[in-house]
Amino acid sequence: MNQQSAAPVLIMTGVSKRFAGVQALKEVSLSAHAGEVLALMGENGAGKSTLLKVMTGNYIPDAGQIMIDGAPVHLTTPGDARRLGIRVVPQEPEIIPYVSVAENIYAGALPTRGRLFNRAALRARVAADIERSGFSGMIDPDQLGNTLSPAQRQIVEILRALSGPLRVLAFDEPTSSLSDHEADSLFRLIARLTDSGVAVIYVSHRMKEILRIATRVLVLRDGQTVGVRPARETSESELVRLMVGRDLSALYHRSARQPGAVVLSVDKISSADIHDVTFTVRSGEVVVLAGLVGAGRTELARAIIGDVPITAGQIRMDGKVLHLASPRDAVRAGLCLAPEERKAQALLMKRSVRDNISLAVLQSLSRWHIIRRGAERRLAAESVAALHIRTPSLEQEVATLSGGNQQKTVLARWLARQSRLMILDEPTRGVDVGAKADIYAIIDRLASAGAAILVISSELPEVLGLADRIVVMQHGTVSGTLDRADATEEKILSLAILERAA
Amino acid sequence: MMVPATEAVGAASIPAKRGALRRILDMLGVQNVSLLIALAVLVAFIGSQNSNFFYSSNIATVGTTVAIVGILAVIQTVVMLLGGLDISVSSQAGLTSVVSAMVFTASHSALAGIATAFVVGLATGLLNGVIIVYGRVNAVIATLATLAAYRGLANLISNGRAQGYVGVDQVFIFLARGTLAGIPVLIWILALVALVTQLLLHYTDIGRNIYAVGGNATAARLAGIPLNRYILGVYVLCGLVSALAGILLTARTGSGQPTSGSQGLELQCITAAALGGCSMQGGKGTIVGTILAVILLGVLQNGLIILDVNSFWQDIAQGALLVIAVVIQQRRSGARSVGLPA
Ligand SMILES: Nc1ncnc2c1ncn2[C@@H]1O[C@H](COP(=O)(O)OP(=O)(O)OP(=O)(O)O)[C@@H](O)[C@H]1O
Ligand SMILES: [Mg+2]
Repeated sequence: MNQQSAAPVLIMTGVSKRFAGVQALKEVSLSAHAGEVLALMGENGAGKSTLLKVMTGNYIPDAGQIMIDGAPVHLTTPGDARRLGIRVVPQEPEIIPYVSVAENIYAGALPTRGRLFNRAALRARVAADIERSGFSGMIDPDQLGNTLSPAQRQIVEILRALSGPLRVLAFDEPTSSLSDHEADSLFRLIARLTDSGVAVIYVSHRMKEILRIATRVLVLRDGQTVGVRPARETSESELVRLMVGRDLSALYHRSARQPGAVVLSVDKISSADIHDVTFTVRSGEVVVLAGLVGAGRTELARAIIGDVPITAGQIRMDGKVLHLASPRDAVRAGLCLAPEERKAQALLMKRSVRDNISLAVLQSLSRWHIIRRGAERRLAAESVAALHIRTPSLEQEVATLSGGNQQKTVLARWLARQSRLMILDEPTRGVDVGAKADIYAIIDRLASAGAAILVISSELPEVLGLADRIVVMQHGTVSGTLDRADATEEKILSLAILERAA
Repeated sequence: MMVPATEAVGAASIPAKRGALRRILDMLGVQNVSLLIALAVLVAFIGSQNSNFFYSSNIATVGTTVAIVGILAVIQTVVMLLGGLDISVSSQAGLTSVVSAMVFTASHSALAGIATAFVVGLATGLLNGVIIVYGRVNAVIATLATLAAYRGLANLISNGRAQGYVGVDQVFIFLARGTLAGIPVLIWILALVALVTQLLLHYTDIGRNIYAVGGNATAARLAGIPLNRYILGVYVLCGLVSALAGILLTARTGSGQPTSGSQGLELQCITAAALGGCSMQGGKGTIVGTILAVILLGVLQNGLIILDVNSFWQDIAQGALLVIAVVIQQRRSGARSVGLPA
């Protein structure tokens, strides 16, 4: 992308890190030059996030050396790394809930007048930061932490990382919660940063964006480096081969299936954030809800399962009108929602993989309230195998799994439920290519078996690859419906973005 | 479309290669192992200072004194797993203690006294739950309020004095001083409460759901778990167990006590639960840990008495332990001042 300086800013050599039961990193070496974008790729659990945490002093490596500008450094706390200008935008943003965006960004370094906290100065500074980093209009300095969307949380983390000295900036799957528009702003920001001599390290599962912005690509597999390639000289298929150790045939698997009777019919429903939404999902059909982040898709899903009250309209299931007072009623009626935010809405972080998978089907696994443990273990083991969840055992605490494997655990819970209608909100967020293919195959199999499936997705290739029908939303309402046969990225985008004639 | 399946299988075989000691450690958990070590050190120290500590009569004393705190700590663990807290346990125990003695005095029937106490406990627990669920009041505030209110009620109906004399009744005598197979009944009751709770938490869907509600309420809601029913149920259960504590209190002291004997039990049982590994945020904790902590606290208290330490020090030690326990919890859960510049 830019001219590189000869000597790397950051060099890591022979870094190893072991957790109970897992060798997360094994003699990994890496160098990052000023002005370049070094991409890190690898399957879920390959060790990418762990490597970044070593770089920022969150984990102390068992072996290996870290050098900044040729001088060895010892990073034992995140503060050490920060002072040296190494910052990471983490995979899971950490936001203080009832505090403004501005204070979230400058917490601990708030501007003061005498001993008094200077609110006006802080606001002005954050407004300028937002402007300068190209996120204007996407976030408001006064918004409270608990009201932020996943994309906005990500932006707060990015702005945090930009405050203070900066030599090396690492992003851990930043685009998994950003819309294309926001992602473009991020790429422009990255270009500006590299121009000013920052070394950028970029973790992502999205091949296209990596080939677009990266200078070099480093691939990890099972905690080991399997190759470093200049981005110009490599290709998607080579990277996939390096990552998974073999060729991937087809990402999307579709068996021939005939949609049957209408299972879900949503008739002119409105709630606080959506209005007048109408569509149907038939048995054996995969309908994808497309649109920009914030178009009201998640709100719609919550309205359908009774999590937010409906102010007008009707929802029918198999022809019968549903009156849902809570998600409990929905689950009992045969609907379910696998939510978008795994940490906040789905996972019991301190419980085992087994507990997390069986949560929604405990009742059917028990007799007289006693859980049949054998059946439970079998279910969990089958899910772990089917989705290739990387975990040392079924009893592993979910908090210690890698991000993508946590996502697969959430999905496993809801797939186990085998509902008549399944709503999957961003099911492949943060999941590697191989696992994506597994998930697509499972969705296809469920649909073939007669389930009705509603997927919310912001990734256009995924939308096109999965859908029998595409319902596009904009500003809380349906802006158009496309059949698989005549859907294209352009058509979806124009329905998602263009202002409709009034 | 197969990713090599070797990962899961290969990694799963690793624990088998580790030593037996390591496996026992893993099974007990770091928390419980540190409690056991603390207990061993404490026992060795007290024993070396005064060998009377090891008399079986003294050990039985420790057992019976921890029984009442113990059952309250067990139920407090369940409340905390759900992400709540019940500070009013001690005044529920005081109120039911008075009620059981007064009904006994009026009816001359121990069973009537005990049954009424349970009904009162059910009502006070239900009221706590209703305030929290339907009033949307924070559990700490709600039960702090009822801590005062139930204590006031106990004093009101008893005129602030001990009520009745139950020391002549066989049932109460059996509860307070009886033994089964050489072990005091009080200890049997604690063991039974702990065992039933442990089975409930570990082998039933109800127990799992309690962990889920406390661990992530949104997730639990989406999974179709009726949150309100669980919260109400657990506070009712807490009221019933507090009533059991009240009845045992009556039996031990021989009369219904509105405040003496029960006051301070809330601090002790919360300390035990926290020391035993319960997270204040809910979703984490075990009965085994709580019981170990109860024993540790009992031994500490007994040791301070045996070693003739000024009793005011006991309160200081208790308070200090609660703070230490929570600090350790926070450290272990990795709660950092997130993302803040150093
Ligand atoms: N604190 C921990 N305790 C135990 N094991 C851990 C811990 N953190 C990570 N691991 C394990 O280390 C391995 C590497 O995890 P890491 O988070 O680095 O993966 P990743 O490459 O970032 O994957 P993803 O793409 O899913 O985010 C995984 O097998 C994970 O389960
Ligand atoms: Mg990761």
